[in-house]
Amino acid sequence: MKFSATWMIALRALRRNPMRTGLTMLGIIIGVAAVIAMVAIGSGAKAEVAASIEQMGQNMVMIISRAARSGRVHMGGDSGVALTKQDYDAIRQEVCGLAGATPEVRANAQVAYGNENVNTTIYGVSEEYPAVRAWRLERGEHFTGLDIRRATKVAVLGQTVAANLFDGGDPVGQMIRIQHAPYEVIGVLRPKGANMMGRDQDDLVLVPWTSAMVRLTGETTFRSISVQAESAERIPEVVEQITELLRQRHRIPEGRDDDFMIRNMQDMLEVATSTAQTMTVLLGAIAGVSLLVGGIGIMNIMLVSVTERTREIGVRLAVGARGADILLQFLVEAMVLSISGGVLGIALGYAVAHLVSVRFGWITLVSLDSVALAFVFSGAIGIFFGFYPARKAAGLDPIEALRYE
Amino acid sequence: MSEQPVIRLEALDKVYQTGEVAVHAVREVSLDVFPGEFVAVMGPSGSGKSTLMNLIGCLDRPTAGRYWLDGEEVGSLSPNELSRVRNQRLGFVFQGFNLLARTSALENVELPLLYSPQGHSRRELRRRSRVALERVGLGPWARHHPSQLSGGQQQRVAIARALINEPALLLADEPTGNLDTRTSIEIMAIIQQLNQKGMTILMVTHEPDIARYCRREVMMRDGRIVSDRPVVDRRDAAADLAARPEPDAEVPA
Repeated sequence: MKFSATWMIALRALRRNPMRTGLTMLGIIIGVAAVIAMVAIGSGAKAEVAASIEQMGQNMVMIISRAARSGRVHMGGDSGVALTKQDYDAIRQEVCGLAGATPEVRANAQVAYGNENVNTTIYGVSEEYPAVRAWRLERGEHFTGLDIRRATKVAVLGQTVAANLFDGGDPVGQMIRIQHAPYEVIGVLRPKGANMMGRDQDDLVLVPWTSAMVRLTGETTFRSISVQAESAERIPEVVEQITELLRQRHRIPEGRDDDFMIRNMQDMLEVATSTAQTMTVLLGAIAGVSLLVGGIGIMNIMLVSVTERTREIGVRLAVGARGADILLQFLVEAMVLSISGGVLGIALGYAVAHLVSVRFGWITLVSLDSVALAFVFSGAIGIFFGFYPARKAAGLDPIEALRYE
Repeated sequence: MSEQPVIRLEALDKVYQTGEVAVHAVREVSLDVFPGEFVAVMGPSGSGKSTLMNLIGCLDRPTAGRYWLDGEEVGSLSPNELSRVRNQRLGFVFQGFNLLARTSALENVELPLLYSPQGHSRRELRRRSRVALERVGLGPWARHHPSQLSGGQQQRVAIARALINEPALLLADEPTGNLDTRTSIEIMAIIQQLNQKGMTILMVTHEPDIARYCRREVMMRDGRIVSDRPVVDRRDAAADLAARPEPDAEVPA
């Protein structure tokens, strides 16, 4: 018997009971759609997290002072030494594999232009900040090494500040006042949007760190230093060198903890994405359970169907069907159910993922992997859950089957 | 007779073992049926006629004895070979018609072709099953489902299905058991006509009236053949039908 005949027989049998065929398929459709949609939502979230961390700068390593501070008061000698200008210079000079470095000092201040004024955060950074933080300028230029050395009064505005003060006009070349001191605006940063916590990242003003320390904070230490490694591979090497250098400079004896923290963006990325990955797997697993239930539904219907169609099987055996023909017929029926359910489920899952991203603004990613997996899995479900009923059908005694009422 | 018999049974035995009790359904049955014969197997229920029918139909295997169908000994064949024998050499007609529900008459008739090892094109399937339906006078009902056909029409579909692979032997198990008298005679007219064209037919029935349309009558009791004689007062179904008053309109299709 040709396989095309089996195919035809199975399709005819399914067509004979469209309601039952449809309902059985529905279990698989919902299961597969759930897997596709859930994995799409999960991997969308993962991609979003990864993107927002990458936004902080590529191959970036951040050194954060642990020196306990409260306001501007250092809390005793035991709490360690803060990051100093000398530390910064030493890092720049002695650590190999750096593409750039910037310290960071921060102050909240009032910024005014004409009659407009806003409260914002002033960041004192180096000339390499745009490179280290992967933050290009939209307009104008960033300050130079010369501006740092001379502590000139120049400023680069974040989008929010630029919009609030200049209301659409070009700020470059204009003079603003920060804490009553005049600064020349030399550039505007590209918009970055809100960060993961929902804080507006564009609400800031960049000035040379030397200017910020002298004129705004009055501090002599940095809260953090960001460096950029030449490549992702060099990050561990850079971290090791900095750790050694700073321990030596801060005279930390063997066995004592560091008085600074080194945060590696690569690690943060891994932690954050692995959290998202866990969520994806969890969502997928829950959806997988519904797929399994769909599969059991197929087995259930096929078993009922074998009993209900006992006479039909008897007739088929009487007119010359072999046991293998019957087995194959029921197996093909189960597979047609599960695979067409799978295909429809993939379409539905895709639609749901799209709807979610349109309706809730979540990023969803329907990966080819999850589509392929759902397809293969639904086919496997057909074989797995179809086999037992099919074998039961094939094992029927023709005389008994013909006599069955 | 030098001609090769279609059926040759030699001391066929069938014992069913149900727990401790052994039921001897068929005992040492020997029977030759030659091409063109039309045999009625008669007997009360429990006489073993259905078991014999199943053995001849290759649906069951004898416990002892030998069986040649159309010259081939089938007692020793594997299940798959038996399937082929049923498909190629036997045609079955059942009391309960046994058509596939929600399936057109045409597709029902096609069924044995789907399982035949040759493999036919769809066009060939259609053509042959249409011819078979026309032979039993159901050409216009090809697209109807069994539920849309009368009992007589359903049985005619079943006969068309039995004939589609041009079997050597037609086995009919109480083919008129579910039909009223007039429809029974109609079916017998078709079967008689087939026999006249040379088809060998073995029919199980418990109705003496129906057996009189056959040529030979085999009586069974307690698993044995107790009499085997030609039908003396043989009737012609077509003539009976013509002599009967017109029926109330047959159940509409």
